[in-house]
Amino acid sequence: MPFVNWLKRNLVVLAGLLTLGYLLLPNVVVTVFSFNKPKGRFNYEWQQFSLDAWKDPCGVSGLCDSLSLSLQIAFWATLGATLLGTLIAFALVRYRFRARGAVNSLIFLPMAMPEVVMAASLLTLFLNMGAQLGFWTILIAHIMFCLSFVVTAVKARVMSMDPKLEEAARDLYAGPFQTFVRVTLPIAAPGIAAGALLAFALSFDDFIITNFNAGSTVTFPMFVWGSAQRGTPVQINVIGTTMFVVAVLFVLVSMIAGNRRNRHKA
Amino acid sequence: MSTLTEAPPPLAPGAPEPKPPKRRGRFTPYWLLLPGILWLVVFFALPMIYQASTSVQTGSLEEGYKVTWHFAAYWDALSAYWPQFVRSVLYAGTATILCLLLGYPLAYLIAFRAGRWRNLIMILVIAPFFTSFLIRTLAWKTILADGGPVVGALNTLHVLDVTDWLGMTAGDRVLATPLAVVCGLTYNFLPFMILPLYTSLERIDGRLHEAAGDLYARPSTTFRKVTFPLSMPGVVSGTLLTFIPAAGDYVNADLLGSTDTRMVGNVIQTQFLRVLDYPTAAALSFILMAAILLMVTLYIRRSGTEDLV
Repeated sequence: MPFVNWLKRNLVVLAGLLTLGYLLLPNVVVTVFSFNKPKGRFNYEWQQFSLDAWKDPCGVSGLCDSLSLSLQIAFWATLGATLLGTLIAFALVRYRFRARGAVNSLIFLPMAMPEVVMAASLLTLFLNMGAQLGFWTILIAHIMFCLSFVVTAVKARVMSMDPKLEEAARDLYAGPFQTFVRVTLPIAAPGIAAGALLAFALSFDDFIITNFNAGSTVTFPMFVWGSAQRGTPVQINVIGTTMFVVAVLFVLVSMIAGNRRNRHKA
Repeated sequence: MSTLTEAPPPLAPGAPEPKPPKRRGRFTPYWLLLPGILWLVVFFALPMIYQASTSVQTGSLEEGYKVTWHFAAYWDALSAYWPQFVRSVLYAGTATILCLLLGYPLAYLIAFRAGRWRNLIMILVIAPFFTSFLIRTLAWKTILADGGPVVGALNTLHVLDVTDWLGMTAGDRVLATPLAVVCGLTYNFLPFMILPLYTSLERIDGRLHEAAGDLYARPSTTFRKVTFPLSMPGVVSGTLLTFIPAAGDYVNADLLGSTDTRMVGNVIQTQFLRVLDYPTAAALSFILMAAILLMVTLYIRRSGTEDLV
């Protein structure tokens, strides 16, 4: 039975591809339904093909405002978390000091905590302080939960760096600042970039923590959440599709650029 | 993006770290740490303390709350909402097992069999991260719709009879049943299982497989005795990364479930944002945190002593 043998040999491949299909199925549905023209307020049933939503992605009131707010928050949160996280990562990898264990657990705990717990506790703090919920409380929360992920990503890269390269730079009379800018930073850059990318994605997509700490401010995920109750406009699918395509293209381009640079080195 | 996947899984319990070399500048590390750690202390640790204090307060929204060491709040919360707690553990547990079963073949495929397709598959696993997970969860409403192809196929295969008997579905419906919630949870947290699994599988030396083959081990034996044990760190961190967020999630239960599928997360959200009963909500979220920390500690200890050997 050659077929049975083939099946046996490739069972893993088939199962893996089925999982991949499971992962991508919603993305396919989102894309297909972005070309739908729904009858009622909800976009759950296929009616007829239409390009209306693609021609007018901002046609729903509040949608593009929430999108631009989410992009702004994600930008500042990425900047803040990457800066603070990179400093922590360098301190943890490069120095031996007391309280190292305590710092490590403080970094680890936010990643091991369910989001509702963090969200609720942060809200208690803000309520106790009498803080006005909105842009700033969202930003504070986002920097807080992105920080640990940045530290982990940067730490991994800095840990694998060869300290001899920096020693060599110093032997060649580079000052501490010059060594850092010309040698250390370029080598650590991919780790920092990965951390920043992760922070951006986490911040942009966060719903649970934002839902607790946003007050009446509406970010994009919160707009989608509200629309699930009131009726989902097709434009949401347009934006979902665009985000997926942009992400894939971005990663492809950065990967090709990375490959080319590696080839130059070799 | 490849750097993202090279990073070790965030949860690597008990992994020893190499000692950093001793450096000059006694205070430099503290200056580097100060801003970030301050942020975490003020906006992560301090809120936990505030929440602990809130959970033992009594009073009302109008008159204000006071700390009265009202520990009964924990007992009241637990006795009122134990079904939601049990449900959370059951749903998250089922979703974690399904993630492991579904994710392992894919991680294996990427690590050993994908060849030049590896990067592309990796992108396809990570890219959904960048699309709003709420939009994708809503898409499951379309996929699992009543009378849709999925429900039809499950009906023809008599799968729904079995899940109905298990109490996972109700009649010919999948939406608004536990099955839909578990399906959404599995889907949403699957990448958190695949990435750590892939990282630990990729580290396995291919020569070990050859050696096993040379010693006349069948492929299944090689998997059982070599590959799987060596991938245990990935399994442990993958299951943790799936189970913890799944147990606290309320989005899937809300969008795909019904009032009968509410999880702890839903209760905490309602108590905090709608009912405005802060002490109960704080007590609930403390119980959830403690339960998860306890389970995680037990699990790490067990997998560290018995299964890892």
